[in-house]
Amino acid sequence: MVSFPKEFKYSPTHEWAIKDPDNENIAIIGVTDYAQDHMGEIVYVELPEVGLKVAAGDEVCVLESVKTASDVFSPLSGKIVAINEDLEDAPGMVNTDPYQDGWLYKIEIKDEVEFDELLEAVDYQDSLVEDAD
Amino acid sequence: MSFIAHTAEEVAEMLAYLGYKSIDDLFVEIPAGMQVKDIDGIPERMTEMQVSKLMQQRSAADRTELNFIGAGCYEHYIPAAVWELVSRGEFLTSYTPYQAEASQGTLQVLYEFQTMFASLTGLDVSNASMYDGATALAEAILMAARCNKKNLPESKKVLMPLNVHPYYRQVVQTLISPQQFEIVNIEYDLATGKIKQDDLKRFNTGDFFALVIPQPNFFGILDDVNFYTDWAHARGALAIGLVNPMSLGVLAAPGDWGADGVDIACGEAQAFGVPLSSGGPYVGFLCCKREYIRQLPGRLVGMTNDTMGRPGFTLTLQAREQHIRRSKATSNICTNQGLLATAVTIYLSLMGTAGIRQVALSSHANTAKLQGAVNKISGFKVLFTGPYLYEIVIQSTKPVTQILDNLAARGIQGGFNLENDYPELGNAFLCCVTETKSDADLAKFVEALAAC
Repeated sequence: MVSFPKEFKYSPTHEWAIKDPDNENIAIIGVTDYAQDHMGEIVYVELPEVGLKVAAGDEVCVLESVKTASDVFSPLSGKIVAINEDLEDAPGMVNTDPYQDGWLYKIEIKDEVEFDELLEAVDYQDSLVEDAD
Repeated sequence: MSFIAHTAEEVAEMLAYLGYKSIDDLFVEIPAGMQVKDIDGIPERMTEMQVSKLMQQRSAADRTELNFIGAGCYEHYIPAAVWELVSRGEFLTSYTPYQAEASQGTLQVLYEFQTMFASLTGLDVSNASMYDGATALAEAILMAARCNKKNLPESKKVLMPLNVHPYYRQVVQTLISPQQFEIVNIEYDLATGKIKQDDLKRFNTGDFFALVIPQPNFFGILDDVNFYTDWAHARGALAIGLVNPMSLGVLAAPGDWGADGVDIACGEAQAFGVPLSSGGPYVGFLCCKREYIRQLPGRLVGMTNDTMGRPGFTLTLQAREQHIRRSKATSNICTNQGLLATAVTIYLSLMGTAGIRQVALSSHANTAKLQGAVNKISGFKVLFTGPYLYEIVIQSTKPVTQILDNLAARGIQGGFNLENDYPELGNAFLCCVTETKSDADLAKFVEALAAC
């Protein structure tokens, strides 16, 4: 059973964002439990460069599973300030722990409004039901 | 299985099923401007007998008594077993296996091919072959750009010496320019035929993402590959070794050049059991260090165990490829030259490293004999003082076309005319002597040259 923790914000393209507990201006980004579940066993994560400036909707990562390769679109605009280097040796953490150890990158938030406009867990979950219909 | 054309009745039946009146109706969705109604340049139809005669004539024109042209295409002896085996139906009719793992034999051959090339180049990984040497170089450059995107995101330039094969440089230009990459030419030294080291002084870190290092270069000359590999690395660029794989029987593997070895090695593998056949089809190879494997284009065969623990072969890392990653794939190349890769693999299995060493040494010894003899003919001299493998550049006081025509009249293909690509060398042509030439062959060539 996939889960969607309430404290996270979600994008329609299956990424999540949450404020860094140590810094209000920084958001941590990952993919949702639903996304990892659909991709299957993730074998490689191609991460962006620290320092890269991105706009919301830009392709920033590639998640490679045994059968497919999926793009990750940045839900927020800003500068990438950290990447999860542990994924290099353990890409499967995106499957086993998508909301914690499986985070992808941290971004310096350029526009607070973009963050606020991301979906709440319940709305994201509803959108998945609509998809299934 | 025979080829059986559709009968008019069958075509009518299919159209009726689809609800169309004619073939033109079927294609009506293709805009009229894009439809090709008449194809120019297609000759009138011929009977099978006529085609057979035509092909025999063409084939006869392909034969020459004595060939001294190299320039990227090398005439080496091909053991009879190579094409006897390759021509077996099991190999001959196989194309890309769509249910790859059902074709264990094909996968095993490709796996052996990869193992041989990784071993020859001294690198960690080889793909399952490329179209030819020129496209392998272009893919190596595109790959280098992807590998170095993180370190040098702004750099769009690759440094390429002018003593890389001129046709390769053209193919590379065609394939990399749409992606906004640029070739920067590096001069060669007119005395030695090697790269002009001083010409590199104008480049600093960040100016280029990769350097192409040919060994031997187009003139057959060997260069200071250790220096260039380290030079590129010291400037944050990748080093690409472009090699004649036969030379690896005697020369250092690109993976051992300099302190860390090249990052990518590529080249043309025709020399290994593929006939000259008027210039193609040939087969390329592309190898790299393990850290760059995800940017390596083409297919990769891996070895694994099945559920019962038995060894078997499988396509691996397929998420790099076009059928999964679509437009973002590393390349649209596939298994390319499966049949020729098979010939190469069989050739290498018969020759071994000792065999290709012998071929390279014997070819070099023959070339040395020619070099000595040419310098004694009045009006001819061998250019370049750099060490050579089995090609030399000969300069004459007479026009090259005249010399080559005279030689051809005596049944000798004398060499590759350099006048168009390298006018600065004057009346010069490139000459190759492989292990296939006897002392009598050489004597005939030298005598004919002297008479030109």
